Amino acid sequence: MSLFQKLKQGLAKTSANIRSKIQSIFQPGALTDEFLDELEAVLIQADVGVEATTALIDSLREESRGKSFERVEDLYRAMAEKVAEIFATVDAPLQVADQGPTVYAMVGVNGSGKTTTIAKLAHRYTSQNKKVILAAADTFRAAAGDQLDVWARRTGADLVRHSHGSDPGAVAFDAARAAIARKADLLLVDTAGRLHTKKNLMEELKKIIRVISREIPGAPHEVLLVIDGTTGQNGLIQARVFAEAVPITGLCITKLDGSSKGGIAVAIAGELGIPVKLVGVGEQASDLRDFDARGFAYSLFGFDDSGY
Amino acid sequence: MAFEGLASRLADTFKKLRGRGKLSEKDISEGLREVRLALLEADVNFKVVKEFIGNVRARCLDAEVMESLTPAQQVVKIVHQELISLLGGKTHPLDISGPPPAVIALYGLQGSGKTTAAGKLALQLKKGGRKVLLVSCDVYRPAAQKQLEVVAEMAGVSFFTLSDKVSPEVIAKKGVEKAIESACNVVILDTAGRLQIDDEMMDEAQRINQASSPRERLLVVDAMTGQEACQVAQEFDRVVDITGVILTKLDSDARGGAALSIAKVTGKPIKFASLGEKLDDFQVFHPDRMASRILGMGDVLTLIEKAEAAFDQEKAAEMEEKLRRKQFTLEDFMEQMKEVKKMGSFGDLLRMIPGFARAQVDLDVDPKELARVEAIINSMTPEERQNPDIISGSRRRRIARGSGTTVQDVNRLLKQFYQARKMLFQMSGPDKRFGRLRFF
Ligand SMILES: Nc1nc2c(ncn2[C@@H]2O[C@H](COP(=O)(O)OP(=O)(O)O)[C@@H](O)[C@H]2O)c(=O)[nH]1
Ligand SMILES: [Mg+2]
Repeated sequence: MSLFQKLKQGLAKTSANIRSKIQSIFQPGALTDEFLDELEAVLIQADVGVEATTALIDSLREESRGKSFERVEDLYRAMAEKVAEIFATVDAPLQVADQGPTVYAMVGVNGSGKTTTIAKLAHRYTSQNKKVILAAADTFRAAAGDQLDVWARRTGADLVRHSHGSDPGAVAFDAARAAIARKADLLLVDTAGRLHTKKNLMEELKKIIRVISREIPGAPHEVLLVIDGTTGQNGLIQARVFAEAVPITGLCITKLDGSSKGGIAVAIAGELGIPVKLVGVGEQASDLRDFDARGFAYSLFGFDDSGY
Repeated sequence: MAFEGLASRLADTFKKLRGRGKLSEKDISEGLREVRLALLEADVNFKVVKEFIGNVRARCLDAEVMESLTPAQQVVKIVHQELISLLGGKTHPLDISGPPPAVIALYGLQGSGKTTAAGKLALQLKKGGRKVLLVSCDVYRPAAQKQLEVVAEMAGVSFFTLSDKVSPEVIAKKGVEKAIESACNVVILDTAGRLQIDDEMMDEAQRINQASSPRERLLVVDAMTGQEACQVAQEFDRVVDITGVILTKLDSDARGGAALSIAKVTGKPIKFASLGEKLDDFQVFHPDRMASRILGMGDVLTLIEKAEAAFDQEKAAEMEEKLRRKQFTLEDFMEQMKEVKKMGSFGDLLRMIPGFARAQVDLDVDPKELARVEAIINSMTPEERQNPDIISGSRRRRIARGSGTTVQDVNRLLKQFYQARKMLFQMSGPDKRFGRLRFF
């Protein structure tokens, strides 16, 4: 199933509602306040947030002054393209090392989907016959190492792990050494879930990243903040605080196979300039997609971008 | 900014509007716009906000508010009261009455915190004298069963599961049988995370219900959830008929408006608040505190309670007595530092208040620093500890040598001590309201 089929499936019910509501109030001609209110409602209900929504609506109002719209779809297109542009301006592909192992680290709050995203990335690259090593630097959560171990075996990646409760920095160190010694193409570092409000845990995270950069110059090539797609406005604070602690290079938005639309990514990209790089659409190793800004933007309104 | 809180924002709004005597209906609408924004920023569902504002508008248009000298406070009070009543008013205990074993099933989306909540609930019930069996019905997520097994061991309760080839409803059923066999009076079922739009998985949840007849069917919801909380809760409620909610990750600085959305659309009470990774970071849910938090006024009560819980009450009383007699020695100083360290995560607690996440509050005691202080004080004679004023230059050198530190370290410690003492004597005046918190 394609991402959009999946997204559409999840959105089928809600988007039907949105569409009929908007369709019913739409009159060809200039933008009305009533219509803008309706667009605002759609964006807020997609978790885009009041501030970003207001900015988007204001700018649409500005630009469409004196213009007239024939079809309701044209309005959506105008709005969706605006959202897509926010992502396009910060877009950047996943970085790869010029030589030696490429290193990606996953960070984020508890349960956002870090470990599963690692599994998905491992699957993607071992399928391309790349040598992948997983570092189990979540030594805190019960059975976190076992979870990664299962994924390592399923995807054919190597695993570096220490005992429960040991120093995650030491795991990162050993894994980095192993990646060099075994000439790995890719090292994926799993970290424990931590709330951005826990200062000592944020310090621990800094240390993990420091260890990696010391052992492998230029690494980590990506520090991906994994955000649950159902997250509301706290997502923006998470991104801000994590980015202050470690150099976040991109987002991975997970669980977009659910009914949430992940709109907080718009606010994060718009305000902090952090691009979205990956999207999680399920619990299986193959449920990972590269981020597609336009597709995402249109899906906020319950459309896929090929629809019009 | 969220952390200014609604109260001050409303005060600003009304200040602008006043000066013409009585507030008009339009003025109230202006004020309610602020309320609407605050609720949306807190992730309360868009439609729930709309209805809510409609309801409080009537109360705010009451002459009492419009003629009040403090309309902002009046509006906040009304909004606060309405929020509390929507959130269930009072606290709601768990129903584990009836013939044992009482079965409690936990349901929820992926990553909402079910397994940890299961462990916390188990520990709490165990402390209440129950014999608990934790059962893992999550046969999907790698190592989920193992995770619960470890959690059960940490909580000191029994654990049961079957191979991940066995269906979850069969595991649930066998789990209940196992509880009867081993005389456990509470069974907690941990289930796999599932999306409310995944029909197959929702059917499975229903089958688990049928197989185990849980008296409590609790929906576990992440406090950081956004607008979809309504849909999620509504659908889970429709399929498994939830009896209540556990709100998790409240140790974040999320305002937690999802709680209101869920209470509104399901009419089911929120029973517990989970706020930390330790198994005893688990509380009965307090609607009034949640209401303040949603409005950006901070969950200050929870904070104080946690601080108090970590604080040794007896020692605190002893300390108060000493302070009253203006006695504060280096030994007391060290005791204090240890207390602070025990509370250790006090800074973490403070950062639970919306807006404080990024505040540069440095309340944590560095363990290394504490070790140094301890070494220094241990190298002093009892007399020096009781009466630091006698610590001369030569004594400082001796202490530094003895503790493997430098004279600068000793000087710094003494300076800190004198500062602390001065502050404490000043603060131990007649107002004892914050007696237990004054060290911070
Ligand atoms: N439906 C869905 N579930 C996911 C997705 N990504 C992760 N999960 C689930 O979310 C839960 C938490 O994931 P995990 O990777 O353990 O989170 P971590 O704590 O951040 O490492 C697990 O049950 C995963 O199966 C996704 O894209 N879609
Ligand atoms: Mg993990």
